[in-house]
Amino acid sequence: MNGKIVSGLLSPHPPHLVYAENPPQNEPRSEGGWEVLRWGYHRYREKLKSLKPDVILVHSPHWQTVVGHHVLGLDHFSGLSVDPIFPHLFRYRYEMDVDVDLSRSIASHGKEEGLLMKEMKNPDFRIDYGAIVSLHLVNPDWDVPVVCISSNNSPYYFSNEVGQKEMAKLGRATRNAIEKSGKRAILLASNSLSHRHYTSEPDLPEDMSKEHIYHHGQYLWDMEVLKLMKEGKSQQLLDCLPEFFDMALAEVKAGALAWMLHAMDVPDYPAEIYSYGSVIGTGNAVVEWDPENRGGQS
Amino acid sequence: MSFELQALCIVPGQPHPLLAPEKSSAWDSLAKSYERLRVDIEKLDPEIILYFSTQWLSVLGWMFQADPKPKWTHVDPNWHDLGNMPYEFEVDSAFAFVHEQEVKKTGRFTRTVNYEGFPIDTGTIVAQKLLNPDNKYPASMISCNMYAEKEETVSIGEASFQALQRHGKRAVVVLVSNLSNRYFIEEIDPQKDRISSRKDDEWNLKILELLGEGRLEDVAQVAREFSKEANGDMQFKGVWWLNALGGECNEYEGKVYDYQPVWGTGCGIAMLKPNESHPSKSGQFVPKATTQPDFHQTPKSVSLSNSAQPVEVNATTNKVEAAQGQVIQSGQAAHAVGSYPHARREGEFLFLSGIGPRRRDTNEIPGLIQDEQGEVISYDIIAETHAVFDNIKAVLASAGATLNDLIDVQVFLTDIKRDFKTFNQVYAEYFPDSNVAPTRTTMGIVGLPTPIHVELKVVARLK
Repeated sequence: MNGKIVSGLLSPHPPHLVYAENPPQNEPRSEGGWEVLRWGYHRYREKLKSLKPDVILVHSPHWQTVVGHHVLGLDHFSGLSVDPIFPHLFRYRYEMDVDVDLSRSIASHGKEEGLLMKEMKNPDFRIDYGAIVSLHLVNPDWDVPVVCISSNNSPYYFSNEVGQKEMAKLGRATRNAIEKSGKRAILLASNSLSHRHYTSEPDLPEDMSKEHIYHHGQYLWDMEVLKLMKEGKSQQLLDCLPEFFDMALAEVKAGALAWMLHAMDVPDYPAEIYSYGSVIGTGNAVVEWDPENRGGQS
Repeated sequence: MSFELQALCIVPGQPHPLLAPEKSSAWDSLAKSYERLRVDIEKLDPEIILYFSTQWLSVLGWMFQADPKPKWTHVDPNWHDLGNMPYEFEVDSAFAFVHEQEVKKTGRFTRTVNYEGFPIDTGTIVAQKLLNPDNKYPASMISCNMYAEKEETVSIGEASFQALQRHGKRAVVVLVSNLSNRYFIEEIDPQKDRISSRKDDEWNLKILELLGEGRLEDVAQVAREFSKEANGDMQFKGVWWLNALGGECNEYEGKVYDYQPVWGTGCGIAMLKPNESHPSKSGQFVPKATTQPDFHQTPKSVSLSNSAQPVEVNATTNKVEAAQGQVIQSGQAAHAVGSYPHARREGEFLFLSGIGPRRRDTNEIPGLIQDEQGEVISYDIIAETHAVFDNIKAVLASAGATLNDLIDVQVFLTDIKRDFKTFNQVYAEYFPDSNVAPTRTTMGIVGLPTPIHVELKVVARLK
């Protein structure tokens, strides 16, 4: 049986969303906040259960590598994740099982594509908080094995074109590995959209009277990008990403969205917007591409 | 115990010299040079080492390590195959709070961190393990704000100096930063490691030549161009901080210990010791009141008008000459509370309106606590006085002037009995030498238009 990608999700990772939920794994406690975004994740969690995935793959910008694309090469990791930017909001104890076979297969297919791939086999390695936040928000039970892929955005030093080509190869390698695995896979692109933060914070971080997008230009760009997603124009979306990076400091420059869209063969069907909202000024959207439903076109 | 700025150092934050010196003669050379620097620091016998690492990035203002004994086993996200970096550091947490207070006075957001497992960055760990392996000297760490431009970074450097001075200890300051920061993105033979391009190499050598001559201010002046041409580590902004902390001058004995590649990046090790002409040796060192505006500062609207209509002038842009009869409205100082400009030039004189302590961005009065009806519960004359000077500096900068150009000052205090002595102490920080200070008149008055407690009216002579 061929494996397949059953869903791809743009799944931003502001730690505020975990902080706001007060899950048992997280130490700081909140009075809530950012509900609209969290409602979107809540709805996707129900969808995820119905999809019965065998594995969840996440590409996170906070596992930064400069030499090659790295995957986790051990079958279990646990530890304490403390967000270096928002340590007062996110001090999270995690336990995760890794689908090492699929990780290795992605590395192998990546090498065939001409990419430099590495397995991370240090048991003391701390999983980055971006991956943990996205994984928690879609599956707080942690009962599905994961594959974590690092963000190697050094090709973007040279040009956006080089970076995009690299992500296209990584996406193809991921798709081929999943198909050979026979597994049902969910992809998470752990990125915000516009990504300019405020550099200060209200006394109560979840004070929603203070939360709004950093500037209107960012909002307009986010809406433009979401419009392309809703219309199923993934290729146009990929084409405009370089401008989006520059104009809105978009976090998708870290490559996760391009990776996911290429892994899903650049979908030409509408994505579903689950929610959109700002977190400390950045623009965030929970957006799904469902290859079986094809945005209601199937 | 008394304060002394003993040395400023620049070191790279790559883990290779710590974890794998045997793999490359370049990395081994860096490890040995780190050791020579350690020995030289040992001779100074500092009481605190302050680190600024470009790898500890912050978004919300500036962060300060306040855990007295941070402990963890760190694994670098990219170089995990080189091995673990276990650490247990001795941190001068008392200094973290002093440091935070001084930075807070600049109006920036601050946070001390004291959490189990808070991730100390690779660069700080490498430097601390190689320079201070036995925790002989208490350490302190400040973050690198990723959004901060030159003006903000410089103001933080000045605040760091004030904090060290207040702390009153012998201090060595370490900037952990690569020079050029362009990696090879493929596997390399470590024995054949080299700087990734000739252009980067030439720029690195230029920077090191200046450092060897003790010309830190000159390095800071070319930092932006260096960063653009050689992909400087975090825009090489750490040099702005270091230079501001040292008083923005070239008065050092420079020593370059090494220059080597690590995976294509440029890694230099250098120490700058203040010479006899360094302002900190005078015992009355006050960081420069106004940073020289930077030519390449992010452009914002700048204009001057001969009309009576006020125009916006941004204090962070190029030094501008105020023409005859011009009115000045600073883009950085608090808005006026009536129909008058921040300043007006007549002849060679610049007359400023009365300047209070309100912040431009929030209208907040630093240190003021009011009840729900707006009645004053308490106020902080120290914080207000510093804020007044911040606003005055901003207005002066809009006309290309500094505090050094002031010739006359009138002071208005709403409670002169309570506040005169404290105000006088703060004032002396800005004008420590009465031989060159402006003339001054101080008055006790019954009130000011907003709930402020000090206002200054100053006149400057433009050069």
